Formats: sequence, structure tokens, C-alpha cells
Amino acid sequence: MLTINASKARVWAMLGSRGTFGVAMLETAADANHVMVLTADLSITSGLERFRAAYPDRFLNVGIAEQNMIGIAAGLSKEGFQPFVTTFSNFAAMRSYEQIRLHLGYMGMNVKVIGLAGGLAMGHFGNTHYGIEDMALMRAVPGLTVISPADGAEIMKTVHALMHFQGPVFVRLTGAMNNPVVYSKDYDFMIGKAVRLKEGSDVAIIACGTMVHESLVAAKLLDSQGISASVTNMHTVKPLDTDAVDAACSRVELLVTVEEHGIVGGLGGAVAEYDARRGGGPRQLFLGLPDKFGKNGDYKHLLNKYRLVGEKIAEDIVTALAAKASETLHTPVAIA
Amino acid sequence: MSLQATDTVEKLRSMACRMRKTALAMTLKAGPFGGHIGPALSLMDICAVLYGRILHRNSSNPLWENRDRFLLSKGHGSLGLYTALAEVGLISQEEINAFETPDALLSGQPVMCVEKGIEISSGSLGLGLSLGIGIALAGKKKQRSYNTYVLMGDGECNEGTVWEAVMAAPHFKLDNLIAIVDANGLQSDGSCTNIMDMGSHEAKWASFGWEAVCVDGHDIAALLEVFTSPRKLPNAPLAIIAHTVKGKGVSFMENNNEWHHGVLTQAQYDAALQELTVQPL
Repeated sequence: MLTINASKARVWAMLGSRGTFGVAMLETAADANHVMVLTADLSITSGLERFRAAYPDRFLNVGIAEQNMIGIAAGLSKEGFQPFVTTFSNFAAMRSYEQIRLHLGYMGMNVKVIGLAGGLAMGHFGNTHYGIEDMALMRAVPGLTVISPADGAEIMKTVHALMHFQGPVFVRLTGAMNNPVVYSKDYDFMIGKAVRLKEGSDVAIIACGTMVHESLVAAKLLDSQGISASVTNMHTVKPLDTDAVDAACSRVELLVTVEEHGIVGGLGGAVAEYDARRGGGPRQLFLGLPDKFGKNGDYKHLLNKYRLVGEKIAEDIVTALAAKASETLHTPVAIA
Repeated sequence: MSLQATDTVEKLRSMACRMRKTALAMTLKAGPFGGHIGPALSLMDICAVLYGRILHRNSSNPLWENRDRFLLSKGHGSLGLYTALAEVGLISQEEINAFETPDALLSGQPVMCVEKGIEISSGSLGLGLSLGIGIALAGKKKQRSYNTYVLMGDGECNEGTVWEAVMAAPHFKLDNLIAIVDANGLQSDGSCTNIMDMGSHEAKWASFGWEAVCVDGHDIAALLEVFTSPRKLPNAPLAIIAHTVKGKGVSFMENNNEWHHGVLTQAQYDAALQELTVQPL
């Protein structure tokens, strides 16, 4: 039984996304003998050492070989195990893309891929380690569910839910250590069902991952300026909760998607694909990372540079609201 | 060779011959879509030995948990798999006849259907051995006695991911995993030596910690022996490098890469069939 309270939320925030995932696995796997954890030489950095020590028979390190890891996991899944495979999100999504496509998407193997440090969390490691296309790639694989939890509590909720979820899933963890808290008490979490965190009548903000918290900060700042913005946590990016998009977009002037991911093919793309088909919706401002490789830097610096912090999100929403109807809404991001 | 052993070899040779004929008929029936007939003919004898004698199966329960698993990693050898499955009654004549028709069970590259004996979907090369490792590991963890056989091509071994798996299987001590390399010496663009010379497969696999043996992949008796001989290297997976001839059994297809994937005319089919008889040992 998962309990969420302020004290636990603080611990998870301090541990960060990877550490919290390790705790979640340790807590949920005790009685689940069919659950295995695989790593490609990232056990220590994934917060999985305690799991390895507690359940050595259910832990497998395949060395630095992500493609082989997905293949082995698929084989284990075929025989009734439920593997959780872990590596950095960019490597999971890109190095082993075809294995994910064929073994998980095409054959439907019950493998949960945990993409660590999606977005910019790897800071000074640089672009080789940033996950800026991972969500777009995973979203394009037929049959794959894609989840991007908002904070530590939602990582716990996700892992608990996955224990009983049949089918292939890609979980994109964002954030580093000392993440902000979105949830400090229990709430209803269901894969595929978005959570409305704040009501609003002028602007609809839909966010996932770390940007849920930043969007809440932005919405509060907008409130103080007389702009009413709703915030929806679209933790499941695929399948998209279209009812939640409908509900958020009714009668608002502007739709804003916010994600720590490139603006091509991620949450913004998913919402726009639906919205274009539906027609008649508000204009959409895509807030995310530019469609270019920038320079490396520390995590906080990068989030600021790319305007993915509450204050700047609010500023960009104000600017977009002031734009003329004939004006294209560009993503206001730095590239250098 | 004992009388009993001779009888087994004769039966398997006949089975392989029937499989070749069925594969040619399927290719003919596929018309302009053709089939990967050359790379299937090279592995017919291996598949006949496996399905006719080696694999532990339960005919009335294709999902039997202790069945030996056979993974066709070189998906373009599908005609060898399909015809073997037809021989053991898992695939019907109607399903054979529907090869490469829309929505059919049997397409150019295999699509997973475990109840019909097709354990995995394949076609993209280099992926089967990793799956085999997962399945073999599961067998160990569940203390099941089944073996996992993975049939690959020599050209397929160009793929880097194959060597990730070759590296891992001995590390995990998977003596219940058997890789078979259908070494017919040809890949899509020409001879394996010219396209990407990999040197000795036997030496390469052995150097990674596998028990590696070479065999004539068309010698039924030799194949039976290699599959049943006591293992020499404890706790190690087994790699069988089966030297074969692409297009084996049909003179105008043998070592002729034009038949890697080909469309068969009625005249060619008739000529091929004439050649496919079981010669006395």
C-alpha cells in the first residue's frame, strides 16, 4: 500500500527521480517474484544497488549493451517475467530503438523501459546524454504506452501501477536531485488519465514531467496579473487523454504545452495532432527545447536559458496572449 | 551406423526432401511475390533434424512449458521453418497454400504465433540471439529443462548486436542455449568473404567462451551427432557452425545468389522438382 504524505514527498524530492525509482522498485517488488530489473552498467547511478542486494536473482547487469538488454528482457517477458529495464533515456530510446519497436511494439512483450534523466538533467555531460527526442521516438512506436511522471510521488504511483499493467511501457523520468514537489498527499492516478491540478478560464496549460511544477508556478504568477490559467498534468503522453484536452481547451483563448523535451513530436506534438483533427480549438504555444543542439551547461542554467522555469513560462504566455491573431506563435527559446 | 540410426537418417533425409519440395511449391504459388528460396534451402537439413528428431515437443500442446524453443533469427529462412512446422503438424496445408496472401499466417518473414510454433517475429537481422538469452535465462530461473535453439545466418553475424549477445551468453553460463550459424557463405550482395570477411566463426565464438563446433550442415548423421554429443565445455553455450550451400538441392540455385529471393516459373519449378530425390546413402 503506497502512502503519500509531506514527509515522504520531501524524501523523494531529495532523492531525485532516479533514487525514487530505486525506492519504488524495492518497495513494490518484494512479493512480485516475476519482476526483474535489468541495467546496462548503470545500477549505481540508477538507485538500484539496494534492489540488487535484496534480490540478486532478479537483477541482471548486461554490461554496456542496451540493445542486448532489451532483447534479453523481451525473451524473459516471453516466458512470464516482467522485466523493468533501465538506462539513460536517450540510450534506451535511441540505441535500442529497433528492439523496442519490434520486441515491445510489434510483438507486444510486457517490458517496462525506464528512461532515466530524460531532458536536460545530465547537465555538464552534454548533448550526448540529453534526452530531447526520446518522447517523440517512443510515441511513434505503435502499441507503446509513454508516461512522464511529474514528481517523486508520481514516480511511486507509476511504478505501483505498472506492476499490474500488462503491455509495453516507456517511462521517461525527468529532473535530477532535489526536485520540486507537486504531490504531497494521495491522489487518484490512472495510466492514461490526466490530472487537472488547477482550474482556469483564459489559458489552458498542459504539461508533463518536471514542467508540471513549473507550470503551476507560472499559473500562480499569471493569477496575480489577472490571467486565469488551468494546469493539467498529462503524465501519460500516449495514449493521450483527449477528454482532458477537450475539457482544458473549452472556452480558453490560448493552449500552452510545456515539456522538458524538444518541441518536435513530444507532448506539444501529441496535443496538436489531436487538436488539429478536432478543429476549432485555441491557438497553441509550444514551450520546450529548440529544434537545435545547443551548448552544454548545468541543469538549472539550461532550464533558465530555455525559459523552462515558472517565471519565464508566465512571461511567454503573456507575450503570446498579446500577439495578434495573424501572428505565428513562435517558441521563445534561446539557441546559443 | 546401427540399423536404427540408419533408419532415422533416412527418415530425416526424406523429410528434408519433402520440405524442399513444399518450399518450392510455396514459392511458385506466391507468383510475382516470390520467396527467399536460396537461404531457406541451405537450412532445410538443419530444420529437418531439429524438428524431426532433436526438439522436445508435445504434439498436442504447442504451448507446453517445457518444449524446446526454436528461434529463427534469420527471418528470411522462413520457408525452412514453415515447411518443418507443416511436417510436424503445427501448420496446415491450407495455411501453407495461403503463403504470402493478404492477412495470411505465413508471410515472407515470420510473424510470432506461438500456438503455431512460430516463437518470435523476425526479419530484421541480429535480434534473435538476445531473445534466446532471455528465454534461456528464464528456463534457468524457473528450473525448466528446455533448450533454446537460435538459427542465424553467417551474413547476419555482421550485425553488432549479435556480438553483444555472443559476449553475454557465456557470462550467464547458458549451457541450455544453442546457436546455429547457417554458414552458406553468401549474403545479399555477394560472398560473405568479399562483403565483410569475418574470418573463422568457430574461432570467434570459441574466443567468447562458447563451445564451438563445425559441421557439414547437409550431413544428417553429422548433424544428429553434433546435437546429441556430450558437451565438452561445462556451463557454456554451444555454437554450431553449419557449413551449408545456399540453394542446396537445386543445381541452378546452388551458390547462385540470384536465388537469395526469387520468383519461380513453372518450368523452373518442374526442373527443380526433378532433381529433388533422396539418393541412397
